[in-house]
Amino acid sequence: MRGPSRRLSQRLGRGFVRGLPFLWLALFFLVPFAVTLKISFSSPATAQPPYLPVLEWDGGLEGWREFFEALDFQNYQMIAADALYRDAALSSLGYAALATAILVLIGTPTAYAMARASARWQPILVALVIVPFWTSFLIRVYAWIAILKPEGLLNAALIKLGLIAAPLPILDSPFGVLIGLTYAYLPFMVLPLYAVMSRLDPALTEAAADLGAGRARAFFTVTLPLSLPGLAAGALLCFIPMVGEFIIPDLLGGSDTLMLGRVLWSEFFSNRDWPLASAVAVLLLILVVGPVVLFREAELRREEAAEGAQR
Amino acid sequence: MIRPAAPFSRNRPSQQTSRRESAATPVRRSILHASTSHPEQRLRLERVTKRFGPHMAVDGVSLDLAGGEFFCLLGPSGCGKSTLLRMVAGFETPDSGTIRLGETDLTALPPHRRPINMMFQSYALFPHMSVAANLAYGLKGLGLGRTRSAERVKALLRLVRLEGFEARRPDKLSGGQRQRVALARALAREPRLLLLDEPLGALDRALREETQGELRAIQRRLGTSFVVVTHDAEEAMALADRIGVMERGRLVQVGPARELYERPASRYVAGLLGDVNLIDGRLGRAEPGGVRGVETALGLLRASGEGEAGNAVVVAIRPERLVVSGEGEGEGDDLSGRLRGRLTEATFLGDRIRYRVEMANGSTLRASAALPASGPIPAVGETVAVAVPADAARILPA
Repeated sequence: MRGPSRRLSQRLGRGFVRGLPFLWLALFFLVPFAVTLKISFSSPATAQPPYLPVLEWDGGLEGWREFFEALDFQNYQMIAADALYRDAALSSLGYAALATAILVLIGTPTAYAMARASARWQPILVALVIVPFWTSFLIRVYAWIAILKPEGLLNAALIKLGLIAAPLPILDSPFGVLIGLTYAYLPFMVLPLYAVMSRLDPALTEAAADLGAGRARAFFTVTLPLSLPGLAAGALLCFIPMVGEFIIPDLLGGSDTLMLGRVLWSEFFSNRDWPLASAVAVLLLILVVGPVVLFREAELRREEAAEGAQR
Repeated sequence: MIRPAAPFSRNRPSQQTSRRESAATPVRRSILHASTSHPEQRLRLERVTKRFGPHMAVDGVSLDLAGGEFFCLLGPSGCGKSTLLRMVAGFETPDSGTIRLGETDLTALPPHRRPINMMFQSYALFPHMSVAANLAYGLKGLGLGRTRSAERVKALLRLVRLEGFEARRPDKLSGGQRQRVALARALAREPRLLLLDEPLGALDRALREETQGELRAIQRRLGTSFVVVTHDAEEAMALADRIGVMERGRLVQVGPARELYERPASRYVAGLLGDVNLIDGRLGRAEPGGVRGVETALGLLRASGEGEAGNAVVVAIRPERLVVSGEGEGEGDDLSGRLRGRLTEATFLGDRIRYRVEMANGSTLRASAALPASGPIPAVGETVAVAVPADAARILPA
């Protein structure tokens, strides 16, 4: 019976390889998420860990029943009742959307210029985009404090140039947060766009020019539509983490900036209210998964429409 | 037989002034009428030169093309033919020299202002647009209006026999259909000159021959000047009125296919256009009738050509012009320069036979002949006589 057993082991091997991504997802996403979800239904307690109930493995069926009876939606009710959380969510979405729009406006021409540079320059330009990652993210954000603060580099330069008389309050303002978000996430917008744009056949833009299109028309009718997959990938790659961003609003936005990441942090570490913080985390996840699902839906619909048009 | 339908209605709106035509001399020409002389289509290149770093891509090329001509630039890859085409289209700027079309100096015009269109080797069809949108892309800015644009797209589809494919995306077309869309798109703006970069390169052999005929028929019908770049000599000969042969950036010989084939200027041109026997020798004195004697290792050959007596030369002769016969046959014929050799190979190819004859000095001559209507074919191993007709043997510089 060597034949069937070998076939079985082959099937198992193939299944293992295919299952690896799912195993990864289960271990490092689903299990932690289940734990977070459970905590979000618990009640805070002055204990170790700081919530109740805690599952007793040897409590038998009765233990399980008690455990589930102790879970409730109290935290979610609290979040719904307090306008702070709603405002934080809306303001997070607003910051992320605005910064994504700015990133699209800056990232598209940047990636386009990179893709059109000579073959000798392209690897150098890509390296320049990646180089900041060699420095700690935290240090780079701190560097922005030095630039943006009232007596910082930017204000000093503007005053020297005679453009302003008194320092602008850029640091600790929404504007500072936007500068920080744009700076920190630019590579995530540029790289996917560049990857798509550099693979476009240069003959396509030449054909557009040959058919009478000036540079602008060639860009908006040929290059940009064909780069949309890269643009969408870059936008999602930036938007999703920006909604939950904590460090940038905390360091550059001052105490008045309201974003979900900060709320989450203060619930966890200042108030030690793990259940409430977990509930906020769950809501944040729903908030950022939403755009992805919508995007996928739109993709599917477009593909279907394209299929339909061909008939 | 391909009979392209009448492509476009003949009248253009009189108030139309496109950017393209305001930059160039206005053309009031209908694509319906294929006339023989188009002074505004005359393309003149003067000492055009392009260098890429240390590499001389195009080296002082001068060329004068009459309007309505089907011209072919022939040469191996890297000979500069594509660079030359791209300079005419405007994608490369010459380092020196001028490019004129009719009375217009194109040299400094950007591609989108030249009254020229190009069909790309990769076709460069816009993958996100339907066939109709691809064809209509070049019509924006011509001031045609919606109805006339739609009419022209229809006419173009008829021209390349793709009616009913308007809504298809390029990726849902076959290679041959894509090629025809690319051709139609390049013709949409009624260019004064159409450039085609290896237009048949991506097609398989059978389709290629059919498409050659189609391309010729469309060119004759429209009367537009076509300039084709190709590395395939057979294709160049099948398509072009005249062929320009390029060698390392230089245009080395220009002429009709037959002239290049029968009277090549160099061994490079001779070898590029087909199989050829090359025999080294030394040129003798001029004889009456323009025939010269050449002293070669095979003996004295008589050939036609110019040169100073005593110079080292090459005698070039096409395999099909050598006459192979069994010994003793055809004694009475006036075939000067009969050589003796041993037949080492006779390959039957259906319509003809290919021979390899080993000569006394160890060199090999290749010959090919139509099958004789009757009579024996020389057998391998036999001693044969190879006649070299003086009018078919060309004297070339060594």
